[in-house]
Amino acid sequence: MNVSLILIILLVGAFATYLAGDKLASKVALFFGLAALGCSTVLLNHYNLGENISFICQWIAEPNISFALKADGLSLAMLLLTTALTPIIIISSFGTDYKNSKSFYALILFMSFAMAGTFLASDGLLYYIFWELALIPIYFIALIWGNGDTEERKKAVVKFFIYTLAGSLFMLVAFIYMYQQAGSLLIEDLYQLNLTATEQFWIFLAFFLAYAIKIPLIPFHTWQATVYQKAPTAGTMLLSGIMLKMGLYSVIRWQLPLTPLAAKQYMYIFIAIGIAGVIYGSIVALRQKDLKKLLAYSSLAHVGLIAAGTYTLTLDGLRGAVLQMIAHGFVVVGLFFVAEIIFRRYQTRVIAEMGGIRTQSPKLTSMFLILVMASVALPTTFNFIGEFTLLYSLSQINIWFAVLGGTTIILGAYYMLKMFQHAMLGETNSKVFADVTFTEGLTLVLIIAVLFIFGMYPKPIVELITPSLEAILTQINRVR
Amino acid sequence: MNTLIAIIGLGVLCLLFEIFNLRKAIVPMVIIGLLGILGLTVSEFNSSESYYNNMIVVSKFSTAFSCLFIILTIFLVALGHNFYENNQSKISDFIAIKVFLLAGTVAMVSFGNLAMFFLGIEVLSIALYILAASNRMNLKSNEAGMKYFLMGSFASGIILFGICLIYGAMGSFDVTEISELSQSAELPVWFPIGTVLVTIGMLFKVAAVPFHFWAPDVYEGSPTLTTALMSTLVKTVAMATLYKLLSVMNADVSEAFKIVVVVISMASMTVGNIMALRQTNVKRMLAFSGVSHAGFMLMTLLSITTSAGSLLYYAAAYSLAGIAAFSVILYVCKNRDNEDVTNFHGLGKTNPLLAAILTAALLSMAGIPIFAGFFAKLVLFNQTIQAGYLALVIVAVVNSIISVGYYFKLILAMYTKEANEERKGTPFVIYAVAIVSIVLNIVLGLFPSLVLDLLA
Repeated sequence: MNVSLILIILLVGAFATYLAGDKLASKVALFFGLAALGCSTVLLNHYNLGENISFICQWIAEPNISFALKADGLSLAMLLLTTALTPIIIISSFGTDYKNSKSFYALILFMSFAMAGTFLASDGLLYYIFWELALIPIYFIALIWGNGDTEERKKAVVKFFIYTLAGSLFMLVAFIYMYQQAGSLLIEDLYQLNLTATEQFWIFLAFFLAYAIKIPLIPFHTWQATVYQKAPTAGTMLLSGIMLKMGLYSVIRWQLPLTPLAAKQYMYIFIAIGIAGVIYGSIVALRQKDLKKLLAYSSLAHVGLIAAGTYTLTLDGLRGAVLQMIAHGFVVVGLFFVAEIIFRRYQTRVIAEMGGIRTQSPKLTSMFLILVMASVALPTTFNFIGEFTLLYSLSQINIWFAVLGGTTIILGAYYMLKMFQHAMLGETNSKVFADVTFTEGLTLVLIIAVLFIFGMYPKPIVELITPSLEAILTQINRVR
Repeated sequence: MNTLIAIIGLGVLCLLFEIFNLRKAIVPMVIIGLLGILGLTVSEFNSSESYYNNMIVVSKFSTAFSCLFIILTIFLVALGHNFYENNQSKISDFIAIKVFLLAGTVAMVSFGNLAMFFLGIEVLSIALYILAASNRMNLKSNEAGMKYFLMGSFASGIILFGICLIYGAMGSFDVTEISELSQSAELPVWFPIGTVLVTIGMLFKVAAVPFHFWAPDVYEGSPTLTTALMSTLVKTVAMATLYKLLSVMNADVSEAFKIVVVVISMASMTVGNIMALRQTNVKRMLAFSGVSHAGFMLMTLLSITTSAGSLLYYAAAYSLAGIAAFSVILYVCKNRDNEDVTNFHGLGKTNPLLAAILTAALLSMAGIPIFAGFFAKLVLFNQTIQAGYLALVIVAVVNSIISVGYYFKLILAMYTKEANEERKGTPFVIYAVAIVSIVLNIVLGLFPSLVLDLLA
C-alpha cells in the first residue's frame, strides 16, 4: 500500500462523479472524498508503524524524470489537510444549487487530486506538473460558477491565471537549470547540488516569484481579494483553505533547502515582506464592506505571518508555520462557509445589510463566534498554538519583528469582532433568517471540533511533522 | 523510397476514381491507402538506404517525420469528407492534390541532393497555391492564393539562388559531399551566402519574423481546411526540412549564424504573440500563434546535433493540437462567412464535448502540463539552456505567458458568453478526428518517451 492510492482514488472519483450525472454527482463526490480521507488515515497508521509508503518509478528516460511520490511527516500532514477539507468543502456545497453539478464536483475532486499530488511529489518536474494542474480546475470553477458581473469576474480570473502561471514558469526555468547540473530532478539529488551563491540567489528569486504569487505575499497579492470575492464559495474554500498552503509548503520543502545560502543572506528582507503583509492585510480588512473580501484580506494577513515564520529558518518558525497552515485552513473554510450560509438566506455579502441574526439563529451565531475567536488566536484553539509559535520564532530573530507581527492579533480581533458585531448582533433583522440545517450545522461542528481537539492536544501533529522539519533544517544548515 | 512511390501511386489512383465515377469512395479509400502506407513506413523504420545516386536518402529522421506527415494527412483528408460536402464534383482534385502534397513533404525530409530538395519544395508549394485559391467563387480565397503564389515564388527564387551559390562554392548538389567539403578550413565565401539565402527561403515557408507578413492574410482568406493544412502540416514540414538541411550540410558552424537564429527566434515569438493578442478572427489569431510557435521550433537549430527528437516531439504536439483545434473550428464556422470569436460564444453549453476538445488543444499550445505541448516546451528549454542560451529561454518563457492571454480569450468566449444560435448536426468525422488527435496529444504528454527516444 502506498500513497499513489490516494491520487488514484481522487482521480477515479473525479471521473466517476462526472459520469454519475447531475443528480448523483454530489453524493458520489462525497463518497470518494471520504474514501480518500479514510485511505490517508490508514496510510498515516502505516507510516507511524514505520512502513515505507513512498512510491517511485521511472517515467521518462530522457530527460530523466521519475514518477516519485514521497511521504514524510510534513507531506502527510498536508495530505491530511487536503483530504479532510475536501469532503467538508463538498458537504458545504450541498445547500447551494449549482448548474451542471457533475462538472462542478468533478472539478473539485480533480483539484484535490492535483493538490494532493503537489504535496506528495518528490521529483521536481512531477511536482511542477501537479502544481500547474491545480490551476486549471480552479480557473473553471471560478469562471463558470462564480458570482457577480461576468465581465469583472472574467477579468479577475484571467488575471489570477496569468499571474500564477507567469510565476511558476520562472520556477520551471530554475528547475531546468538545476537539472543541467544534477542530471535528475529527484529531490535527494537536488539536495546534493553545490550551487554557488549567485546561482542560489537567482534560483531563490525564481522560486520566490512563483510562491509569492500563490501565497500571496505583498506586492503580488492584487489578484487575491477579487478572485476570492468572485469565485463560488467552494472555490474560495479550495483557494484559501488548501491552495495557498501549496505555496507555503513549497517554501519549506523546495525553496529553503535548495537555496540555503540565499535564504540566509536575504532572510530579513523576506521576513519584512511577510510582516508588511500582516499589517497591510489587517488595515485593509478594517475598511472592507464585503464579508468575503474582508475574509480575503484577513487571510492575507495570516499567511503573511506564516511566511515570515518560515523565513526565520528556525525549527520553531517552521513548526509554527505548518501548525498554523493547518489551523488556518480549517478556520478559513469555516468562516467562508458562514458567509455562504448567510448568503443563502439574505442573498447578500455586504456586512451592512446583515445584522440582527443572533436572535433568529443563536446556533449559527455561537458557532460563528467560536470561529471568529479561533481566527484571532484565542487560547485553546489550534490557531493559538500556531500563531504563538510563529511569534515566538520571530522574537528569537528580532523582538521588533514579533511586536509588529503581533499586531495581527490586535488588529485581527478589532476587525473580526467589528464584523461579527455588525453582521450578527443588533436589533432583530426584519428579514426572516431560517435556522441552520443539519448538514450546515454538522460541517461547522466538525471544523470547530478539529480546532478544539488539536488546540488542546496538538502533540500528534507536532510529533508527526517535527522529524521531517528537522531533516529539512539540517539540509538548510549543512556545512559547505 | 517505397513510401514515396506508394504515395504517388495513391494520388494517381485517386484521380482514376473520378474517371470511374467513384467519388463517394475516395475519402475512405485514400484513408485506407494512407494507413497502409503508414504501416509500410513504420515497418521500414530501422533501415537506412540511399536511392538513385543519393537523390533520396532514407534515414530514421526521414522515416519518423514521414510517419508524422502521413498521420496528419490522414486527419486532413478525413476532414475533407465533411468540408467538401457541397462541392462533390471537385472532391477528387482536392484529395489528390493533398496526396501529392504529401509526396512533396516526404521528398523534402528524405532528400540527399539539393535538386531533390527543391523538387520537393515546389511540389509542396504548387499544391498549396492551388488549395489556397480552391474556393474559386470567393474573392478572399482568390486573394489568398494570389498573395501566397507571389510571395511563395519569390521565396522559391531565393532558395534556388542560394542553391546555385552553394553549387558554385562546392561543385556539387550532393549534401554528403557538401558536408565533407564544408569541414575544410578554407570555405569559399559563396557557401555561407548560399546557406543564408536558402535559410531565408525556408524561414519564409515556416513564417518566421520578418518573413511572416503573408501568413495572416493567407490563413484568413484560404478555405479553413487549407488553413488547417498550412498551420499544421506545412509548418512542421518546413521546419523539419530547414533542420535537416542545416544539419546534413553541416552549415551551422559559425557563431554569427547562431546569433541570427536567436534573434529571429526571439522576434518570431514576440511579434507573433503580441499581434495575436489583438486579433478577433480565430484563423488570423492561429496564424500569429503559428508564427510564435515557429520561433519556438527555431530554438532546435541552436543544438542541431542533438535536438532532432525534440523537434519531432514539438512538431507532433503542435500539429496534433492544431488538427484538434481546426476540426472544432470547421464545425463551428461551417456555412459562416467569417471566423470571428463571436461564432464560438456559448459553445461550452451547446456542445460541451467539442468545447472541451478545443480547450484542451489550446491548453496544449499554451504549454500547460499533461498536454504534449508542455513537454515539447520543456525539452526544448532544457536543450537550449544546455546550449548556453539562457536569455533566449527567458524570452520564450515570457512569451508563453503572453500566449495564454489570447488562447484564453477563445476559452472565455466559449464558456462565459451566451450562445447566439444553435448548431445542428453531429458530423461523425469531425468528432472522430478531433477526439483521436487530442487523445494522441494527451498520450504523447503522458508518455513522452514514445517519441522523444525515436531519434536518439
